[in-house]
Amino acid sequence: MIVALLAGTALLLVLALAGAVARGQGPRLYAAAAIVTALSAVLALASLASAPATLTLPLGLPWLGWHFRLDPLSAFFLFVVDLGAASASLFAIGYGRHEEEPGRVLPFFPLFLAALQLVVLADDAFSFLFSWELMSLASWALVLVHHRDRESIRAGYVYLLMAVLSGFALLLCFGLLAGGAGAYGFAAMRLAHPAPGLAALALLLALLGTGAKAGLVPVHAWLPLAHPAAPSHVSALMSGVMTKVAVYAFLRIAFDLLPVPPGWIGLIVLALGGITAVLGVLYALMQHDLKRLLAYHTVENIGIIFIGIGLAMVFRAAAGEEAAAALALTASLFHVFNHSVFKSLLFFGAGSVDVATGTRDMERQGGLIHRMPRTGFFFLIGCAAISALPPLNGFVSEWLTFQAILLGPGLPEWGPKILIPVDGALLALAAALAAACFVKAFGVTFLGRPRSAAASAAEEADRFSLGAMGVLAALCCLAGIFPAVVINALAPTARTLVGAAMPTQSFFHAFVPWGAIIPVAAARSSYDGFAIFLLLVAVTGLAIGAARRLAAHAVRRAPAWDCGFPDPRPETQYTATSFAEPIRRVFGPAVFGAASAVRMPAPGSLSPARIRSALRDRLWEIFYAPVAGVVERLATSADRLQFLTIRRYLFFVFAALVALLLALALTQ
Amino acid sequence: MGLGFDIAHMLAGLMVLASFLLLYQDRLPALINVLRLHGFILALAVAWQAYIQSAPHLYIAAVIALAVKALVIPGALDRIVDRLGIHREVETVGGIGPTMLAGMALVALSLRVMLPITAHADPVSRQDIALALSVVLIGLLIMVTRRNAVGQVAGFLSLENGIDLAAAGARGMPLVVELSVAFSVLIAFIVIGIFLFRIRERFDTVDLAALESFRGERQ
Repeated sequence: MIVALLAGTALLLVLALAGAVARGQGPRLYAAAAIVTALSAVLALASLASAPATLTLPLGLPWLGWHFRLDPLSAFFLFVVDLGAASASLFAIGYGRHEEEPGRVLPFFPLFLAALQLVVLADDAFSFLFSWELMSLASWALVLVHHRDRESIRAGYVYLLMAVLSGFALLLCFGLLAGGAGAYGFAAMRLAHPAPGLAALALLLALLGTGAKAGLVPVHAWLPLAHPAAPSHVSALMSGVMTKVAVYAFLRIAFDLLPVPPGWIGLIVLALGGITAVLGVLYALMQHDLKRLLAYHTVENIGIIFIGIGLAMVFRAAAGEEAAAALALTASLFHVFNHSVFKSLLFFGAGSVDVATGTRDMERQGGLIHRMPRTGFFFLIGCAAISALPPLNGFVSEWLTFQAILLGPGLPEWGPKILIPVDGALLALAAALAAACFVKAFGVTFLGRPRSAAASAAEEADRFSLGAMGVLAALCCLAGIFPAVVINALAPTARTLVGAAMPTQSFFHAFVPWGAIIPVAAARSSYDGFAIFLLLVAVTGLAIGAARRLAAHAVRRAPAWDCGFPDPRPETQYTATSFAEPIRRVFGPAVFGAASAVRMPAPGSLSPARIRSALRDRLWEIFYAPVAGVVERLATSADRLQFLTIRRYLFFVFAALVALLLALALTQ
Repeated sequence: MGLGFDIAHMLAGLMVLASFLLLYQDRLPALINVLRLHGFILALAVAWQAYIQSAPHLYIAAVIALAVKALVIPGALDRIVDRLGIHREVETVGGIGPTMLAGMALVALSLRVMLPITAHADPVSRQDIALALSVVLIGLLIMVTRRNAVGQVAGFLSLENGIDLAAAGARGMPLVVELSVAFSVLIAFIVIGIFLFRIRERFDTVDLAALESFRGERQ
């Protein structure tokens, strides 16, 4: 199994080489990548429940070799990776034709896919970090595809810096885990028992390193810059898949390589997750660039995933709470899968809209549902899923997370007792704001009337793109309607990590003939996606029937209601900014430092009144600007070294030599 | 041990002494004369090493040292000083007392570092290497304390003599290493000589302060 998977990775590397050589073969390359990754996805799905398998290749460090391991955790994430990769490749068969510079995408796309697979399969620190950096560099090259764009350059620069930070933190973390003997194999790390302080430090470094890749606040700043700058199928991979690989890395280190960490680290993860979720969605609400909005939602969803992980860590540290830990972890893993599916779907939709209208600015779109009905329908399903509406998949995972949160007050310590309900409130706030945000995203983009000539001339996406979106939309529905299947499939992974799993959800329950999921006990709570689906279908059918039967059949044409404005131009429609205005009013001053000023024309003047509003990125000002300032000051003062006299340079050499000799003399 | 060791030790000690002489010369002709003496002692030391190690190839190294370091290079430096007309220029060395004290501290440091490290080595090469390191360090000190380019050249050459001494003291150092070191010193000397004249042409002085002001630096 693992050999076949690695053969697939090798094929992707060959495709990367082919992409560097072959010109104009984009669709074939993407088709080949789609087939390879789809087969890998099937293999990964098949090995979800199988025993760990290992393989060592004589590559990498000479005394270490290159270790691979396929256990339920890596199989699950490999499935997520390959599902996203296959759908992105399928989407790109059609979408890639619109790329202006295919020569800058084709070599790096398969390389990126191969690196993603390798990270998940790696079983020693060297190969893990090598694949991790390969993943960062390949995606960096893809971010810089439109390299003449100033924003892309900035995005690439910030991304590279944060990738270096992340790699460095992980390097230190593995250094601590390997210990003085330099046991870089994961197998040796599992057996080692580092001192508690050392283990905690390693875990915090891992949180920093993987958080910087996943987009955890406050190390998220690169994400909303870099993800939209790449071509849309790459954005989908970065948002949907690469952030999940970072989650994988954290799970691998926190739950597998290290002994059970103390509960306070879980509380840190929990707090960061809650803050990330709320801030991510608040920033998303303020965007009117469709892809950037989606990127900020990735930050939010990473927050939700980390809430689940933090809960699992807290429960795992407490005695006798394995079942609760399994529930929280399963919710988190379920959300990993869900987010990769609907975020890829939404990015595909955004990419199709971008290609059809030539702009990502929502204020220049509108009415697209008439021109692109299928894209609109799939996008709507994605929006509903990410807004956690039943019966779609997003609801199930967030509901499971809430079930885990509701178990929090049962813990004996006061820290979790207080913090977990706070996190629940944050999660609820984030979910509500996300729904508002996607009403805005879908409504402004697809509904109303076109706001630009390009939007009114938009054309439906090609069949490959639609196919990719359709598959993902179907997965959103299926995973939402039959969640028991997913939960049961996740059981081996949860058992590997926390030693327990959620109770097996019977597909045909004893009392209800369809699969209600029962996280803890039937008396406590249960959810039945299929029943809700049936109910919705029935109610919708009844409503349509009633409307058909009871409403008058005569058609009457009348002017559209125009909000009291006699001017029927499309500019008078509700815009994305106006939609977000109430929320900006509430959160703006505190979170964004928002300031707005109205400029009224002088009496008698015919010029329009203008409202000017500005948002400041407080997080940037708090966390990034000071660091950048210190680095710049250091660099400026080090700059003086470049203009010294010859004698001073000689003196430095002399002084360094004497200092080293002195050190030698004193330490002997 | 015995007489062979004593004489080797004495010659190496004489080199250190010559380095100290170099350190406080503030007139260029005198500096060059001491450099000539330095090279001469080096040639003697290498020849003695050849005798006590019974390594005939070291005689060749000694002859090269005598020719290059005691005759050719000091002669060429004399010519340079002649043609540049800087016999009378006084070098500001920066206080003879402190410089000499620093030099003594460097000798102490190199003995302190080297003797414990080479505890199991042959006593002849052991003393040789320790003293050679002092010569190297004092050479560096000379380079740092000189303002005149010719003075820095003298410091560099004495430093190189120290390396040569260490190489001769170590048993089994192949001849080719000595040859290539001597050759590279010659090349470096030619390059430095050409540069000196170029600097002189352009700035009318070989005082390094002129170069510094040319680069637009604040003093």
